[in-house]
Amino acid sequence: MEQLLENGKNESLNALIKTLSALLFSFLLFSIFLVVIGASPIEVFSYMLQGSFGSAFSVQNTIIMSAPLLLVAFCTALPAKLGMVVIGGEGALVAGGLGAAVAGYAMKDTSYGLAILAMLIASFLAGGIWIGIIGWLKYAKGANETIVSLLMNYIAIAFLNHLVEGSLRDPASLNKPSTHHIGVEHMLGKLPGTDIHYGVILGIAGAIIMYVIYHRSIFGFSVRIAGGNPKAARLAGLSLRKIIILTFFLGGGMAGLAGFVEVTAVHGKANASLAAGYGYTGILVAFLARQHPIAIIPVTLLFGALAASNGLIQRRCELPDATLIVLQGIIFVTIIGWDAIVAKVNFKGLKSTSFYTYGSKFLANPLSYYRGSYKS
Amino acid sequence: MTNKVSKYLLVILTILTYSCNSSKDKSAETSDADSTKTTAIGFVYVGAKDDYGYNQAHSEGATALKEMSGIKIYEEENVPETMDAQKTMESMINIDGTTLVFPTSFGYFDPHMLEMAKKYPAVSFLHCGGMYDSTKHPANVGSYFGYIDEAVYLSGIVAGYTSKSKKLGYIAAKAIPQVLRNVNAFALGAQSVDPKITVTVIFTGDWFLPVKEAEAANSLADQGIDVITGHVDSPKVLIETAEKRGVYSVGYHTNQAVLAPKGFLTGAVWNWPKVYKDFVEMHLKGKSIAGLHRGGIKEGVVILAPYGAAVSEEAKKKTESVKAEFSTEGGYSIFKGPIVSNTGKIILKEGEVLRQKDPVLESMDYLVKGVIGKVPSN
Repeated sequence: MEQLLENGKNESLNALIKTLSALLFSFLLFSIFLVVIGASPIEVFSYMLQGSFGSAFSVQNTIIMSAPLLLVAFCTALPAKLGMVVIGGEGALVAGGLGAAVAGYAMKDTSYGLAILAMLIASFLAGGIWIGIIGWLKYAKGANETIVSLLMNYIAIAFLNHLVEGSLRDPASLNKPSTHHIGVEHMLGKLPGTDIHYGVILGIAGAIIMYVIYHRSIFGFSVRIAGGNPKAARLAGLSLRKIIILTFFLGGGMAGLAGFVEVTAVHGKANASLAAGYGYTGILVAFLARQHPIAIIPVTLLFGALAASNGLIQRRCELPDATLIVLQGIIFVTIIGWDAIVAKVNFKGLKSTSFYTYGSKFLANPLSYYRGSYKS
Repeated sequence: MTNKVSKYLLVILTILTYSCNSSKDKSAETSDADSTKTTAIGFVYVGAKDDYGYNQAHSEGATALKEMSGIKIYEEENVPETMDAQKTMESMINIDGTTLVFPTSFGYFDPHMLEMAKKYPAVSFLHCGGMYDSTKHPANVGSYFGYIDEAVYLSGIVAGYTSKSKKLGYIAAKAIPQVLRNVNAFALGAQSVDPKITVTVIFTGDWFLPVKEAEAANSLADQGIDVITGHVDSPKVLIETAEKRGVYSVGYHTNQAVLAPKGFLTGAVWNWPKVYKDFVEMHLKGKSIAGLHRGGIKEGVVILAPYGAAVSEEAKKKTESVKAEFSTEGGYSIFKGPIVSNTGKIILKEGEVLRQKDPVLESMDYLVKGVIGKVPSN
């Protein structure tokens, strides 16, 4: 057991060094890209810093931009602990946002606390059930969770558009169909003296709870066993059905909460703006954080910083909006390929741990890793 | 294991805070320097600046301002209608020192721009297409839009003259009042030439769906429709598809003639260069831009794209005469009775007229007779 814990520590340290070196390498590649397109990397990086951490406004901007990413990343991060690639965060966020808007409107005349609680539960359930269905399909029918979750995104968005342009439409929302407003007095507040809404606190609290569940509980331990070897887990008497569906449910619920934050802290209603692509950025966040609930916090800050500085770079360097998307792409590819690149290098003389040999295998070909139904 | 991770994080955070403190003073200096010398103006677009459509039309307006002296233009594209929109405006105000902001997408208005207008009362905000209400909204907010249905009506006349099959096609994003008004204006324009003309409308469901728009254009061409137009953010694909299929096309938002040298007839075009110059001059003189600004052909807010080679002299003559009527003091009314919806409902009786400023037009929820299609919520 002590050996296991020791390995765990080394794993984390190794992961951190690897991630940071991969990031550094990505920025290097990005600089080359900038030089090739005729931009000055120094200028771009200085604006990036100014736009993301350059002033009190920029720091708050970075934190606010990271808020939805922090929650939605769990939709990919938690199932990944079972070796499964779920990319349905966008759909779960939309489902959660819709849940929050409906509950909020229904509870319009109740007290603040009650309304917030109802919206919180509704969005968690909506997102959780949405992804939970994928977990059930995976367990019982052997459906490919990656494809199913991707397709479910389109269904969620179509469902949202259908409802906000139909039965849930506020007749006053003429040229931008939306649901009824949840009421200004029921919106999420801001931290005193700042622009940062309580959604950020919710995200951090959620990350800590997920850390406790997945790294400090018996359930988390059984998830890791099931992720390492489902057959061994079944032999040990663990219920794969429970583990898979619950993990998918929790991941989806977290993404649903991102929808809650969007509705209660930003829009006040559900409309097409819920599907703004946060779910897809969340996938990058989860991979970059190597699915670790606490590591997701600084990684979302990194992506928040990119989002916050994107505008400044566009406006000052007159570069297209796609410039920072290129950087995101470079980071993603580097992180995925990094294990293969540095496989022979042992940092601090540590042995390459099972996480990496396993991790790189499933990252290289996630679709082939598990085939067929778990129910047998 | 968390101890070590958190130690590393602490180190990173310390470095970051350190570096931000050092660049803080610099940024303050530059934004101060900018604002004393020149007036900074910000433009926020929901899509790409070069989309051959809605956003390009606005960007062309912003580009026209660059020749004016004493101003600096800051543009940002692909800004979604989320917190991003608020933070983009705020960043333009805080870092670039802009004193006039143009959030050009409809969805920026509520809550994003209203929040910012409340927070920054000294900055002026001019929003395109918003539902402005002087009793509810802050004094530093103005709203501008154009009666583009006038230009759409005129291009409907051109389409009516040019079509041989008497079947026209319209590819629309969403069945919202603004779009329905254009579809109806196009149909009424064409029917003023020949009452038997039909307009088949396809709703794609969203503002920017190039694949669906191409499919829609193909399916319209397959049905024997020989003039295709649309109301989506970027009509590029539908105009290119029409050209490939050998059918005529009518543009929208901006002049797309280069995309279809053979089949492009004309199109409804926003004249933002003129509008933006007027607004900026007002702003530089210190006049308030608050209030509702509207205009059509007469005010030069909307114009017609130059006629394509396929447009007959007869069509040009008729279109120009109606255009001249739009410019007269009394104006020309598109929506005058009798108008019946395509579900048989009487909208306007003989003799009834809706003037352009009539708010009833801003909540249109029907398609006129001769339009083949259905408003989803009906």
